[in-house]
Amino acid sequence: MAGKVKWVTDMEKSVLINNFEKRGWVQVTENEDWNFYWMSVQTIRNVFSVETGYRLSDDQIVNHFPNHYELTRKDLMVKNIKRYRKELEKEGSPLAEKDESGKYLYLDFVPITYMLPADYNLFVEEFRKSPSSTWIMKPCGKAQGKGIFLINKLSQIKKWSRDSKTSSFVTQSTKEAYVISLYINNPLLIGGRKFDLRLYVLVSTYRPLRCYMYKLGFCRFCTVKYTPSTSELDNMFVHLTNVAIQKHGEDYNHIHGGKWTVSNLRLYLESTRGKEVTSRLFDEIHWIIVQSLKAVAPVMNNDKHCFECYGYDIIIDDKLKPWLIEVNASPSLTSSTANDRILKYNLINDTLNIAVPNGEIPDCKWNKSPPKEVLGNYEILYDEELAQGDGADRELRSRSGQSLGPKASRLRDAGRTVLTTWK
Amino acid sequence: MLQEESDLSLIIAQIVQKLKGSNLYAQLERQAWASLQRPEIKLESLKEDIKEFFKISGWEKKLQNAVYSELSVFPLPSHPAAPPEHLKEPLVYMRKAQRPVGEQKELLNKWNEMGTDEPDLSLFRPVYAPKDFLEVLINLRNPNYENGDSLSFRTHLGLIQVPLKVKDIPELKELFVELGLTTGQLGIDDSTQVPPELFENEHVRIGQKVLTEQDSAAAQQYIRQGSPTALRAELWALILNISSHPEDILYYEQLKTNVIQHDLLVDSLIYKDVKLTASNDDYYFVFEDYLYQVLLCFSRDTSVLSHFAYNSASPPKSYIRGKLGLEEYAVFYPPNGVIPFHGFSMYVAPLCFLYHEPSKLYQIFREMYVRFFFRLHSISSHPSGIVSLCLLFETLLQTYLPQLFYHLREIGAQPLRISFKWMVRAFSGYLATDQLLLLWDRILGYNSLEILAVLAAAVFAFRAVNLMEVTSLAAAEAVLADLSTLKVMPLLQIFLFATVT
Repeated sequence: MAGKVKWVTDMEKSVLINNFEKRGWVQVTENEDWNFYWMSVQTIRNVFSVETGYRLSDDQIVNHFPNHYELTRKDLMVKNIKRYRKELEKEGSPLAEKDESGKYLYLDFVPITYMLPADYNLFVEEFRKSPSSTWIMKPCGKAQGKGIFLINKLSQIKKWSRDSKTSSFVTQSTKEAYVISLYINNPLLIGGRKFDLRLYVLVSTYRPLRCYMYKLGFCRFCTVKYTPSTSELDNMFVHLTNVAIQKHGEDYNHIHGGKWTVSNLRLYLESTRGKEVTSRLFDEIHWIIVQSLKAVAPVMNNDKHCFECYGYDIIIDDKLKPWLIEVNASPSLTSSTANDRILKYNLINDTLNIAVPNGEIPDCKWNKSPPKEVLGNYEILYDEELAQGDGADRELRSRSGQSLGPKASRLRDAGRTVLTTWK
Repeated sequence: MLQEESDLSLIIAQIVQKLKGSNLYAQLERQAWASLQRPEIKLESLKEDIKEFFKISGWEKKLQNAVYSELSVFPLPSHPAAPPEHLKEPLVYMRKAQRPVGEQKELLNKWNEMGTDEPDLSLFRPVYAPKDFLEVLINLRNPNYENGDSLSFRTHLGLIQVPLKVKDIPELKELFVELGLTTGQLGIDDSTQVPPELFENEHVRIGQKVLTEQDSAAAQQYIRQGSPTALRAELWALILNISSHPEDILYYEQLKTNVIQHDLLVDSLIYKDVKLTASNDDYYFVFEDYLYQVLLCFSRDTSVLSHFAYNSASPPKSYIRGKLGLEEYAVFYPPNGVIPFHGFSMYVAPLCFLYHEPSKLYQIFREMYVRFFFRLHSISSHPSGIVSLCLLFETLLQTYLPQLFYHLREIGAQPLRISFKWMVRAFSGYLATDQLLLLWDRILGYNSLEILAVLAAAVFAFRAVNLMEVTSLAAAEAVLADLSTLKVMPLLQIFLFATVT
């Protein structure tokens, strides 16, 4: 009990500062002795960089993993997932099973993606297979929907073809690197509008993997009715769900902010589609989140001073299949509505309760196993230690579709893992 | 005995008359003819064989459901029957307001996007709001009733001064017996702490059986204990006797065409209402466009006029210009006879969580309206009418929470002033949607709106401690402003079955 936690942040966000102050923590500057630093992604780069970095002491905790970009940069995420799948295939794991057309049965949750300009030729080959399809271009390093556009003609991305013949040793400036993915033009629509899911996932350690899912995620709706019509490919209000974009739309409403709770979504889907398919959808969502974390776990620097709260973006298509769109290292802490503010305040509160046990000066050597009571609105998504205790073969058996038994029914209390259905 | 028998035969005759004009009758006839081909139908025992065939093939069940459906809205003998008039005039009138062809085409394209295409609304105010309606009700008096000058403990101290008969808690306990403490409920016994084997699983299984049997009456009995989310849409359709035949879809499409071709002044009221209420609602904003579709069609649907046979109100009339007072030039306006008030769209909004196919959504809403919702904004003496509900609410409060009631009255916060808007909207927009649906399950199950008054009283009972400390109407409103965290079934159960009376 050696005094109060000293905190620093380089992000002026009230949901953060209010949480620190309510714990009686003391604000200090970066150059002083601090215990807890909630930093932006630029700062984490400096802390762990070869030139400007410094060693963290045992009583210091930060909110990012050093190389989080393995998961949070669009191109690296795809690379890691592709690598992970190939590894499983080589091992002969049943998880990597494919169907007759060569699609992965359980690991096909990222739309076909290529890096540009590096994979330009491969992309063209794929594009020509179905020339009427739409693709979405996203800059690798940007956020909030900036720089994103849709294409349906090769001519629209001529720019990225000029370096296609050069060798891969030519370094590309990260600003120009793009990913191009097959656009999901059949999203599930509610009230005729497209939406995506924002889910918060807290990772306290990658090896062993321990992650938590925040129960209060939300849907972000477009203000304009969805249409796949080619004449509206340029209309970002139809296609991009980012609040940063939608809030400039004419019909943006500041009371609800175009957001729905995940429980609303669940109620709607259960009422209109049935309970089994809805439960299956949510199970699949949990599954793809865990698989994405497992994919990057081997390459993550599992620094014990770190934890991270990710913002997962998921889109559900009209066949009720969830797709992982991207993972955000720095999910927005700005509040667009009153409900939003409450949600984000509670999110940070519960995150701090797990990452900094008892609100006391941290010791990064602790076992990172918080008691059930402090989880708040989080529930355990996956705990590798627990899972290994139960035997890994259970996971494989249930995945291949055998009957799941009583344990597989809906999760009841917060302590048990959410994924009993397929563990 | 003789009187009862003749009453019964009269009712039977009326229902038969009604059903003879229905689609079901034509279908049954067709089925009967077709069945003659079947080997088991013999000429000697034609009648019995066809009856047997109907029973086995499920057609008898359909007939049963139809009869049951008619019975549920059958007027009580004391109600005056206003003859429904399906006039041709509304069509003539609407033709006078026809839109030009170009505009029609544009509107057809925009049909799905009306949320962004409304006219300038700043000139329109809602015709009336629940507050205005309450003032009317407060001033209702029965001229034959002598109140007496002296106040006694019998004197009703609430706002409603019409002496209708309302139930007390023992009678309510009898009516709502399935909500008792020893009966399983959805909304209580399906919470996360309770293992599903105790009640929920079995209840779901029974629900599925009820749906397979397609029995309206059984469904209505079943739903008193609440409906599982996945079965609710079908159960409500079964209870309301809605099935989606091609004729129904065609009828809806026809209404849609009317919207596109003809303008109605009431459309602007609808736009305004949706914009003011559902568009700002956390749960329902997503369905804004569906609401326009349903309500604009609804206002043109003359079949709604038939409910005025058992609605003591009459549809408002309008007269062709220059012919004021001449009956042969009178038309019902709007065509369905219902003027939307502020908050009307909230009757439709919760249904959007259950039905995503517009014509089905429309049919369900229409049936819900002509069976239940109309009673919430028309003046009648029916036990489910809004007047009775208000009186029931006030009586419950005065009888079982007298201290609270007197306190609120003293500080100028008559409880009905706060709870009226909840009841008029059947709590839509005040409760969380999952809770609202559990409440509406019971409305369907008991074929009565009395539960709204009971819930209103239960809410006051729940927040009694805080309410005792307030000293103004505004403060009382604040205590009761947010109902979104309330759990409806425990509140009802405690109020009815666990409070010392």
